[in-house]
Amino acid sequence: MIVAKRKPLNEIAEMLAPYKKVTVIGCRSCVAICLAGGEKEVKMLVSALKVKNKRDGRKQHIEGTVVERQCEKEWVQEIEAQILDSDVTLSMACSLGAQTIGDMYPKHLTFPGLNTGMFGVPEEQGVWSEKCVGCGNCIIHTTGGICPIARCAKSMLNGPCGGSANRKCEVNLEVDCAWAAIYDRLKLQNRLDLIESVTPAKDWSTSHSGGRRVFEREDAKLTPHQKKGKGVT
Amino acid sequence: MKAGSNLEKVFESGQFAVTAEIGPPQSANPEPLTHHAKMLKGYADAFNLTDNQTAVVRLSSIASAVIIMREGVEPVIQMTCRDRNRIALQSDLLGAAALGVKNVLCLTGDHQTFGNEKGAKNVFDFDSIVELQVFDQLRTQGKQVGGEVLKDPPKTYLGCAENPFATPYEYRASRLAKKVAAGADFCQTQAIFDMDMFEKWMDEVRARGLDKKIHILAGVIPMKSAGAARYMKNKVPGMIVPDHIVDRMKSAKDAKGEGIKLCVEQIEHLKTVKGVHGVHIMAVAWEDIVPRIVEMAGLLPRPKFES
Amino acid sequence: MPDTRPKIVGFCCERHGMDAAVLAARSGKQFEASVRLVQVPCTGRVDGMHILRALEDGADAVFVLGCLEKNCYYDTGSIEGRKRVGYVKQMLSELGLEKERVEMFNAASSNSWVFPEIVAKMVEVVKKFGPIGGEKR
Ligand code: SF4
Repeated sequence: MIVAKRKPLNEIAEMLAPYKKVTVIGCRSCVAICLAGGEKEVKMLVSALKVKNKRDGRKQHIEGTVVERQCEKEWVQEIEAQILDSDVTLSMACSLGAQTIGDMYPKHLTFPGLNTGMFGVPEEQGVWSEKCVGCGNCIIHTTGGICPIARCAKSMLNGPCGGSANRKCEVNLEVDCAWAAIYDRLKLQNRLDLIESVTPAKDWSTSHSGGRRVFEREDAKLTPHQKKGKGVT
Repeated sequence: MKAGSNLEKVFESGQFAVTAEIGPPQSANPEPLTHHAKMLKGYADAFNLTDNQTAVVRLSSIASAVIIMREGVEPVIQMTCRDRNRIALQSDLLGAAALGVKNVLCLTGDHQTFGNEKGAKNVFDFDSIVELQVFDQLRTQGKQVGGEVLKDPPKTYLGCAENPFATPYEYRASRLAKKVAAGADFCQTQAIFDMDMFEKWMDEVRARGLDKKIHILAGVIPMKSAGAARYMKNKVPGMIVPDHIVDRMKSAKDAKGEGIKLCVEQIEHLKTVKGVHGVHIMAVAWEDIVPRIVEMAGLLPRPKFES
Repeated sequence: MPDTRPKIVGFCCERHGMDAAVLAARSGKQFEASVRLVQVPCTGRVDGMHILRALEDGADAVFVLGCLEKNCYYDTGSIEGRKRVGYVKQMLSELGLEKERVEMFNAASSNSWVFPEIVAKMVEVVKKFGPIGGEKR
């Protein structure tokens, strides 16, 4: 899922300070699961900002709401009135949610309440870690199911660098060396031969390096005729 | 001959090679380079010029190479994948070759979080093995990684580094095998303090016949103090310094003298290890000690060749 | 006459926290504050949201009182409570508000002296920083 982290509250308060009417919008998907922007986090944020306003004697109307998936127009549309009725929207979804609202209502101000971090997984309660960078050409069938591009600090394709000590990464001694993990996994699977030969230069054009990516599925797309019928713009 | 560098000639003539390191300064002043080149000339067959080592901004390795070449000293330029993508790497290889630089050491590079530009965006388009493979293809076929064929390919002698002391240990000989397959001609190892472990790695290297395909230069670091030993033991990832070495440095009256003695002993021993074709002396910030060590280790005079 | 005493809300667990409060009340002790207690089954049930809500709705300080950490009726409930309080403290400091306004305490039901001490401590905090909205009283 997409893992995000709330921005420091002072940064959020400063962003919102000039506006009279604020709508905070959370999302029930990824950011709810990573405890950054779900219903509860929205409520706490709204409450904390109100306490701050009370102390500072600032008159500001803040209300919070939450949608199912903020990255989908259909869900956002349901709260259109509430969005447009405010001076600014603070999105507590990942940047995709914030940009969806922004693209739908370009005149309206939409600010990010979260820092969107990564594609990650919950490792244990309260801990999330990065496992994919979306390079657009998955190779983990050759690396024991562990992604060296996301999980190695240097995205190495041919094994561990010389800084791997005690199977930890030289960049962060708390983090496992991805290549030590790959080695162990392949050993377990009896497939060490996979990393005996040289993996050649990776074609990064499928990643963000190739420019902004748009994926399409022709059979799922609506024809112009269908679009007209559905009233979708 | 692949590039006809002095280092290559030493290896080809079957003699025990010596390389050392010159750290480019953190300034635009070429003086320290010239100074070290003059002082070290004739004491090693080639000198590594580090490429923004530990991610600290320094005078560029290619420029440094040109500066020491003016003093008649042969460079090995280090080229890391941290700061350059394949366009820049290939371009710099061509540029270095055009300037007369014949030895290139391919490295992945220290992560930028170790250095003085922690906010940098890193590249790592390649790792060192891919870099070797691409450079090898460029020099042998004149073919870029993207497929374009160049008219005048670079003549370069390609090196790599390997660390027998990094985890997983069982994979370290495989890493060297990959580097050989990718086109490396010589390999400088991480500094060796744990001789047993190094020899175990060499056993594996020989068992795979790699010592016949690549010239291994065993890395050594002369230590100035017990503090330095402890620092390397505890703080440098992927470095193993056994307790008996730390203790020996600690109990020595003259730590510097002991450090030199230890280093010379190590070299003497490494000369006897089958498959080791030379030593690489990394006297970080203690370059002036290199001549003494080389002399004490009986490695003088260095071979000379008609050019 | 409006009540100008510091307004304090306390979330007390029904096991030890509430008992400690009742014990103090029985002794007839008077406080220089308006203290409202909210009984919760366990301080592990107290959420940061409840604490913030109390502050939002008029409390000048909030405390959470649970069992001793080594003797919690629900094993780790009061440890959870402390973590929640810690998170709210962090939120308050990020906003430049006084984190001392929110505090976690632990007591055994028989510790009759603890509750008055807690209230006195929270009163001190409010006196020092003033109410959240408006002038120092
Ligand atoms: S220590 Fe392992 S994970 Fe870290 S950069 Fe080196 S190879 Fe990658």
